Amino acid sequence: MLLPIAQWLQNTGVARYIAGSEWAFPTIETVHVLFLVMVVGSITVVDLRLLGLASAHRRISRVSGDVLPLTWFSFAMALVSGLLLLSSRAVAYLADWPFRIKMALLLMAGLNMATFHLVTYRRIGVWDEARRPPAAARLAGAFSLAFWAGIVVFGRWIGFTVQ
Amino acid sequence: MLAVASFCDWLAQTPISLLIQTVDWIIPAVQSVHIMAIAVVMSSAVLIDLRLLRLAGADQPISAVARRFLPWIWCALVVLLVSGSLLIMGEPRRDLLNPVFIAKMALLAATILMTVLFQLKLSRNMIAWDAAAGRNPVPVVFAIASIAFWVAVLACGRWIAYVAHG
Repeated sequence: MLLPIAQWLQNTGVARYIAGSEWAFPTIETVHVLFLVMVVGSITVVDLRLLGLASAHRRISRVSGDVLPLTWFSFAMALVSGLLLLSSRAVAYLADWPFRIKMALLLMAGLNMATFHLVTYRRIGVWDEARRPPAAARLAGAFSLAFWAGIVVFGRWIGFTVQ
Repeated sequence: MLAVASFCDWLAQTPISLLIQTVDWIIPAVQSVHIMAIAVVMSSAVLIDLRLLRLAGADQPISAVARRFLPWIWCALVVLLVSGSLLIMGEPRRDLLNPVFIAKMALLAATILMTVLFQLKLSRNMIAWDAAAGRNPVPVVFAIASIAFWVAVLACGRWIAYVAHG
């Protein structure tokens, strides 16, 4: 059911241009890699704090405050560049199983983040300065690290398998 | 060039190289580790640079931010050296006879030098930089140059795959 959308997408002017140009795909891909490593790296700072493994002397709210604007900006750039890359060969990517897994993991990472911010974070006042936050926060950090590591691995794998 | 080419051909025949060449998942796995270490290096460098630009963490002294993140840069660089070496060993000509790879190594050397200088400055003191708070151009210029160099290294890294090698 996503196939007609994919077919439409790769027939758009932008998609055709990227597919036909020698430099466009590598350039957009470079932008994608730059911002995805910034997402992964910056989230790791927060996750390690949530696990009490780094910056444990610094309040969680400060660590997030320092880092998350960078994370969100980088994520927006990674998303836009990713969509452009996807559009150039949408049908092939859709059929590629590492791509599908990567998308599923992105969804999981997003849900994990939403749960953390909307639910767990409500009680931040209690454990903001704790070296070792409560289990819910630590789990959010651990899951986040796992999901993003998976996103990197399957994302890299796409290049080796997509037709 | 000829000496490098011969070295590549010798390297490609070593047991470790043959192993990397024949076992399908090694290169993607090593590249993934390489990418994760890049994430650590880039984020650590950028967070220090954002502090130098007074865009993040301005509630702390520069030295506090630098002390938190510099060790991660050094550790990740070690991981990058090991993973990078494995990638070279697996496909010697792809890297060692590639102008983009050479450019990446040159830029990396410059970036590491900048980081060493920054680390040395940190060990002396950063009180002057903290006190100047926005009036001193040096930390600002350093931060912008640092980001530019790291991005250039990353870009070269990605372009290795797209440029023909010897």
